[in-house]
Amino acid sequence: MTLEKEQKKNNLQKIFEVIKTMASKPSGLIGLSILLFHVILAITSPLYVPYDYKAIDPSLMLQAPSSEYWFGTDSLGRDVFTRTILGGRTALTVTFFGSLIALVWGGALGIFCGLVGGKIDDVVMRIIDAFLSIPWILAMLLIVSLLGTTTLVLIPALGFFYGKGIVRVARAATHDVIAKDFIVSAKARGHSNLSIIWNEILPNVRDAIMVEGAMRWSWMLLGFSSLSFLGFGVSPPTPDWGLMISNARGLMSFAYWAVLAPIFGLSSLIIGINLTADAFAKALGIDRSTKAPV
Amino acid sequence: MLLLVLKRILLGFITLFIVSLITFSGVEVLPGDACTTYLEREAYGAALEACYERLGLNTPAHERYISWAAGVLQGDFGYSLSGEMRINDVLGPRVKNSMVLASASILIGIPIALLLGIITALWRDKLPDIIISTVTIFSMTIPEFISATLLILIVAIWLEWLPGIVIVPTGASISELLPNIILPVIAISMIMTAHMARMVRSSVIQVMASDYVQMAILKGVPYWKMVFKHVLPNALLPAINVVALTIAWLLGGVVVTEVVFNYPGLGRLVIESISNRDLPVVQALAIILASIYVSINLIADLMTLMLNPRLKSLQIKK
Repeated sequence: MTLEKEQKKNNLQKIFEVIKTMASKPSGLIGLSILLFHVILAITSPLYVPYDYKAIDPSLMLQAPSSEYWFGTDSLGRDVFTRTILGGRTALTVTFFGSLIALVWGGALGIFCGLVGGKIDDVVMRIIDAFLSIPWILAMLLIVSLLGTTTLVLIPALGFFYGKGIVRVARAATHDVIAKDFIVSAKARGHSNLSIIWNEILPNVRDAIMVEGAMRWSWMLLGFSSLSFLGFGVSPPTPDWGLMISNARGLMSFAYWAVLAPIFGLSSLIIGINLTADAFAKALGIDRSTKAPV
Repeated sequence: MLLLVLKRILLGFITLFIVSLITFSGVEVLPGDACTTYLEREAYGAALEACYERLGLNTPAHERYISWAAGVLQGDFGYSLSGEMRINDVLGPRVKNSMVLASASILIGIPIALLLGIITALWRDKLPDIIISTVTIFSMTIPEFISATLLILIVAIWLEWLPGIVIVPTGASISELLPNIILPVIAISMIMTAHMARMVRSSVIQVMASDYVQMAILKGVPYWKMVFKHVLPNALLPAINVVALTIAWLLGGVVVTEVVFNYPGLGRLVIESISNRDLPVVQALAIILASIYVSINLIADLMTLMLNPRLKSLQIKK
């Protein structure tokens, strides 16, 4: 077996072991199962939805849950069960790719700043601080209202906004390893900067960055659904939990089921991601409990 | 020490300057401007020209920035597009309303958070900790609009204890506001309390494991005396900064909560001005919210510096 193959096998083993450690505690196991359930549901739900999610039928308005309509119907006579099991698809896709973007640009810029230091680092960190002090919701709303609410706008915008926190974490983690002996010896061996970043720094800061990214994912989901709730996320009639809650809210004294179903969907997904991220951090030995949600 | 304080204040101003540049150039760089977004489909020909003329948008960007920034420094944000009102007049009552909401939430939230945090830390991994920690995790992970909606559904609709939405006018006095803000305050302080309690908990646990606390235990200092004299003063200091960050982060949550409860504060103004495509108001809001964030952090930094002699000498050496 070549060295490279062996390393790959080791990586797989490591991933497997991390998942095993995560599942060994009840909270991690619950989180992982909820997340897995939602992912499977999001992928497979179009195959078995009972009704058309956009079929409007005034004669079926605001029906209480029954054996025919499990979660009742909403104010336009649409089946709430259908819309609820479809409602996580957009949210999961947008926030998953958004978090990936946040991880990549935040991690890269953070490592770069930690590595070069000096004036460039100072200036970049000042700008990041300034971005942090604009409330995310105002910035997101501004971007979305100027550019529109398509997923092509939402994914990079969310990715950009939730990446600034990762810059700080990646920078701090880089600072921790940069003075270590193995970096100095790699430099002395004459390795290029890129090879040092890829082979020496990245493996040592990867855990911290990934944990941060997992946490950002749950915040991004919160942000995305808040945008939908406010009417600046996905546009109707796309089934989306935030949007469904906001639409059904006005009539909730007559039809609480139309609110409770999407609330249950969204809350369980966010809690699932959170528990998973927490277990992930613990499995990698990183303590996040003292951090503020910047 | 004085030098350090001045340096922090200067850094705060630099941050605000960059924020103003970002918001200004953000609007500049993104396609569309105040006139095209405001006029939408009618944005052509004479109407567009007149709008440019009225807002002075036909002068170069840097000149506009300078005159706008000069106005902001003197506390004048210019005119809003939709109502053609002075932005200062629009903002005034909104700022007051949001302040009432925020201070009530903070006044209620912080003591509860301290209490819960200390209880969970002292009874770590015992029943009270497990129960409280589970509840806090739930209340901090669930989005504000969901907890607010659930509160309305349960307290206002099912139990009929309190009104579900706020129906006071924007210019209402504080005594008119107070009976109306109970539910919004509960919604906001629930999440804030959960965040803070968790941080206080881990801070207390850290201090409990430190050498001087172990020493105090070995010396035979009574348990509660040890908690109040040795643990809490040292544990709460680092919590100040984190609490400040949490409050600042909640600015976003306040926006959503205000919309759910129909509360006439800054948050609803954010949504209204963006829906009306009123960019001058949006810019003013960005600066105001950013200054709140910067000043909360500044106050927290200074408080930690003043209360902690060790940190003081450390910073000066640097």
